Amino acid sequence: MSLFVDIEKKLGDFTLRVQFEAGDETLALFGASGCGKSMTLKCIAGVEKPDRGRIVCGDTVFFDSERKIDLPPQKRRVGFLFQSYALFPNMTVRQNISAGVRTLRGAAREERVEKVLRTMRIAHIANQYPRTLSGGEQQRTALARILVNEPQLLLLDEPFSALDSHLRFELEREVGAISRSFGKTALLVSHDRGEVFRLCDSIAVMHAGEVELVDTKSAVFENPRTKNAALLTHCRNISRIEQLGEDRIRALDWGVELTVTRDFTLARYVAIRPHNIALGSEENAVRCRLVQAVNEPFSAALTLVTEDGGEIFWETDKATCARAMTGEVNISFPPQALLPLF
Amino acid sequence: MDFFPLFNSLRIALVSTAIVFFLGIFAAYYIAKMPRIVKGVLDVVLTLPLVLPPTVVGYLLLRLLGPKRLIGAWILETFGARLTMTWWSAIFATAVVAFPLMYRTARGAFESFDETLAQSAQTLGLGNTYIFWRIRIPCCRAGILAGTVLAFARALGEYGATSMIAGYTPGRTATISTTVYQLWRTGDDAQAFAWVMVNLAISAVVLLAVNFFERRQVAGRGRR
Repeated sequence: MSLFVDIEKKLGDFTLRVQFEAGDETLALFGASGCGKSMTLKCIAGVEKPDRGRIVCGDTVFFDSERKIDLPPQKRRVGFLFQSYALFPNMTVRQNISAGVRTLRGAAREERVEKVLRTMRIAHIANQYPRTLSGGEQQRTALARILVNEPQLLLLDEPFSALDSHLRFELEREVGAISRSFGKTALLVSHDRGEVFRLCDSIAVMHAGEVELVDTKSAVFENPRTKNAALLTHCRNISRIEQLGEDRIRALDWGVELTVTRDFTLARYVAIRPHNIALGSEENAVRCRLVQAVNEPFSAALTLVTEDGGEIFWETDKATCARAMTGEVNISFPPQALLPLF
Repeated sequence: MDFFPLFNSLRIALVSTAIVFFLGIFAAYYIAKMPRIVKGVLDVVLTLPLVLPPTVVGYLLLRLLGPKRLIGAWILETFGARLTMTWWSAIFATAVVAFPLMYRTARGAFESFDETLAQSAQTLGLGNTYIFWRIRIPCCRAGILAGTVLAFARALGEYGATSMIAGYTPGRTATISTTVYQLWRTGDDAQAFAWVMVNLAISAVVLLAVNFFERRQVAGRGRR
């Protein structure tokens, strides 16, 4: 099974122009809010119609503007987990799930519903209405309804955004287990770096209606390549650059010259993750002034300013932070941690 | 006391409410999906009877349904039936006047419906008819019921257009409202007062019903 998407849709002055492919894996559509992630999912599910393009899932053509194919959402067999879960408020948990069973009738249908009620651990609330359920129970019901529907493709639209943080962790594991055992293509829409890293195999970075890059999770986090991918993965230190030589660049916003080991030939920016900065004055040392220090539970986040006024964010352990609290700090950028962005 | 006017008013109101119920819901549903300009025009046309004087509605209906007019003449010729001055003539009048109430309330309910519910139902493979009757209508139930009750109340109280198209024939076309007018005109104050009390009682029950449905709707929203 695989998914191929190449669509275009105009929405006011915003144009969605998305192209990507996914195999039997969990692919994240990773981007800031308003970049067209959810609209992309809706086009794949068939509840929104692209202006032109093609969507193919396995051997089934969902949409092809040239061949005038537009399969109705009912026939696409897509499991769509909505952000708000979209449980039918006029039906109980059991009725909601039963509505999702496609083919079975009578006793076989009931049996199927009871089975999924047990596996999703919601049998005790089977006769309750959605409005009486907690966020976690609502999500489990929505998942049960999708699983019982036997989808060929899973679409998860920010599934944890409506949940408290302590619930997120548990449900994230549950969704992770489901999408891994699903064995077919699953798409996860998210703007949360941790969620994407824990749940996905590959990442499609989206920005302003377009897919900037698609790569494996480790590649994107190891080397984000675009400014948006860097920002989305919390790589907050980004500076414009000027090429000085083979392995020498000048970071314009920071006002420092740096030695690099990666290929910066076509790069427009240099970036470094806050936790890759080291204390000391070895290679690529930069003299900074401490502006602000924020204590996190088990680490510290420091805001520094270089002599040229460039802001640098530094994450470090509390002991190092204490040593840096003198006002003037020497930090160094390990060459291997300096990332070229295009 | 002859109870014919009560019986006649109730049957006219019930039949026209039944008609308006379906017409109002379908109009609300399909017009909500139309392009903005078409929607604006249809909205004005369909709401007009709400603001027009009932006598104007009655006049327009007579222009259409009168025995010598376009539709009236044709029906008379093909089916041999007069569309005016019978008890069911009043159904045309009450339906036209009550329609905007049903249409507007239903549209308000449909507009507050969460479309993702319909979308998720579609992805689950549920047909559009099922979605309409088993999800959309039940979710908008409170608004639709309120609209139905309002339409019924309006149909029950209709006077102007009814008296023009059905007239007042005791025992044949008399309704509560036309009876009150006739009794008062002929000086039968005691009888007129009795019918006024009947009308007050029915209206009070109807308004209590509207409040009941509206409160349920508010409570239903508050839980989410």
